[in-house]
Amino acid sequence: MKYGRAVATASKRVEHDDHHEYVDTTPEELAPLYRQMLAIRRMEEASAKAYSQGKIGGFLHLIIGQEAVCVGATAALKPEDYVVATYREHGHAYAKGVGARPIMAELYGKKTGCVKGLGGSMHIFDKATNFLGGYGIVGGHVPIAAGAAFASKYRGDKRVALCFFGEGASTIGGFAEGLALAALWKIPVVLICENNQYSMGTPVYRSLAVEDVSLRAIGHGMARDRFDGDDVVKVKRRIAEAVDRARTTNEPTLVEVVTYRFRGHSMSDPGLYRTKEEVEEWKQRDPLGRCRQRLLDIGFPQADLDAMEADVKAEIEDAVKFAEDSPPADDYKSYVIKE
Amino acid sequence: MAVISYREALNQAMREEMERDENVFIMGEEVGHYNGAYKVTQGLLQRFSERRVIDAPIAEMGFAGIGIGAAMVGLRPIIEFMTFNFSLVAIDQIVNNAAKIYQMSGGQYHIPIVFRGPGGPAVQVGSQHSQSLESYYAHVPGLKVVMPSTAADAKGLLKSAIRDDNPVVFIEGETLYNTTWEVPDVAPGSPSELIPIGKADVKRTGKDITLIAWSKMVWTCLDASKVLAEQGIECEVVDPRTLRPLDVETLATSVKKTGRCVIVEVGWPVAGFGAEVAYQMQKHCMDVLDAPIERVTSDDVPMPYAKNLELEVQPQVADVVAAVKRALYME
Repeated sequence: MKYGRAVATASKRVEHDDHHEYVDTTPEELAPLYRQMLAIRRMEEASAKAYSQGKIGGFLHLIIGQEAVCVGATAALKPEDYVVATYREHGHAYAKGVGARPIMAELYGKKTGCVKGLGGSMHIFDKATNFLGGYGIVGGHVPIAAGAAFASKYRGDKRVALCFFGEGASTIGGFAEGLALAALWKIPVVLICENNQYSMGTPVYRSLAVEDVSLRAIGHGMARDRFDGDDVVKVKRRIAEAVDRARTTNEPTLVEVVTYRFRGHSMSDPGLYRTKEEVEEWKQRDPLGRCRQRLLDIGFPQADLDAMEADVKAEIEDAVKFAEDSPPADDYKSYVIKE
Repeated sequence: MAVISYREALNQAMREEMERDENVFIMGEEVGHYNGAYKVTQGLLQRFSERRVIDAPIAEMGFAGIGIGAAMVGLRPIIEFMTFNFSLVAIDQIVNNAAKIYQMSGGQYHIPIVFRGPGGPAVQVGSQHSQSLESYYAHVPGLKVVMPSTAADAKGLLKSAIRDDNPVVFIEGETLYNTTWEVPDVAPGSPSELIPIGKADVKRTGKDITLIAWSKMVWTCLDASKVLAEQGIECEVVDPRTLRPLDVETLATSVKKTGRCVIVEVGWPVAGFGAEVAYQMQKHCMDVLDAPIERVTSDDVPMPYAKNLELEVQPQVADVVAAVKRALYME
């Protein structure tokens, strides 16, 4: 199948699937996904608190509301596969296997952070888990992901790269060129547009002539897909199709996942460009809450859920304590030029 | 010693490094089937196939970034820009990604990549194709910037650049491709095949004044030195070869010997790299300087097309001679 199952629409409203339809799953599959989503939510909440206390500086972009996308997509990968993400990447890093401790310590600017306090919130990297980084220039990381996947094809090692970006990146050159070259050279990369409907404060209808970003694939003869990102299992299944296509045929895919961020663009953004009603409407279908309910519905024991949630709470509290207690960053000279 | 062209020297360097290391590949516009816009990659496609000599469409930002991503995970790309003028549409990749990933990743990922291609004014190609952009790149921590003036330097330095674990911006002289120079007969694999990045070279010895120049301005300074020698003035011409890291020691040693210094570059005057060299020389040689350091640059204008105007804008032998005489208080 050359083209995926796109929902072609130029309407001013984003179409949604029926939210009562769940993809079939089992407690064994869903429980770890829920645990990751919950840990990311709690980690983001803890970092927001620390930010308001002045313990985290700079920009802090939270992914609350969008957790199902990074968790579901990353669940479709093998450990040797690559992930490249944006500046809103704490969740992607965690989902790829980076621990809450080094992430939180990095936000705190500590020596024990995953990049030793040199990167902060926007630049988490972890070679051990093949997390190729968080990037702060919108769209500039799309060719990087294509490059990692190019190397996979060059060596024949069958690794796939996932690249996450927002719909706001779909207007910039890095995205356009990365897309064009990935299609031309059949690079095994999956380009995942997390359409959270606002590029900072600008809604899609004021930034895109055609709101369906996945349609960009057509002009390049690239496979595409588009769906909403509320059900983590659905995200996993649909991304798995694209990952499988990349791994077996080297064909890239452009996937658009429609989602919503509950918080502002960053901590300094009060979100005055959208109504409380709109945000509340989206919170009604919070992917985390849906996932929890689904887990209970398919027979996961309440006692096990309580234990898991307590475990997550302890994990994040431990990460915060680790960050608080860690020594300050102390070396900014060693990693400029590799000797 | 074989006398070969600057173009052939670069070709040999890439060919030998690709033979040596399977991870080295070349990507750029017209590098393969066309054999290179300036024929620097002549014959490499036939030898190494489309897997390793990759013709890219016109998308510098895209293929520069693909090179960086490939370098992150262990390949050693050579990214050719048809000219460095076109690197400006990829400068985000070079500055924000190639130069910073080693730092941003806390030393976990390094970027062994070479961005190479011709730079500097050629002949009558107008303002957008006649720029010397070395100052842009030399400004950026995390990059190395190399600008060879001779075939021998081109070969030895390009081989070092390909083996370097850092991003190297390797700017070739667009008008130097046909120039020839003696290149030592060194078998691939011998340590002497490499010229270390960050080492200046004295291209001509002299006792009266130091001329510091790189890329094609080395040739202009050598020509000016001949004119001045006839008037009894012996110039020492020092070629830094690498702008970042700059071999301040070799440059300062020469200036301390002569007590006078003229810096010649084909770039623009304002914030040109020569200004940094001048700062370093006054800082290290203040006690021995007998005259203010002179700079010779192109005029502070976009390059005009008309041949007479184009020559007028760029430093010529006469401009260097005049600067030397100012530094010697002869005028």
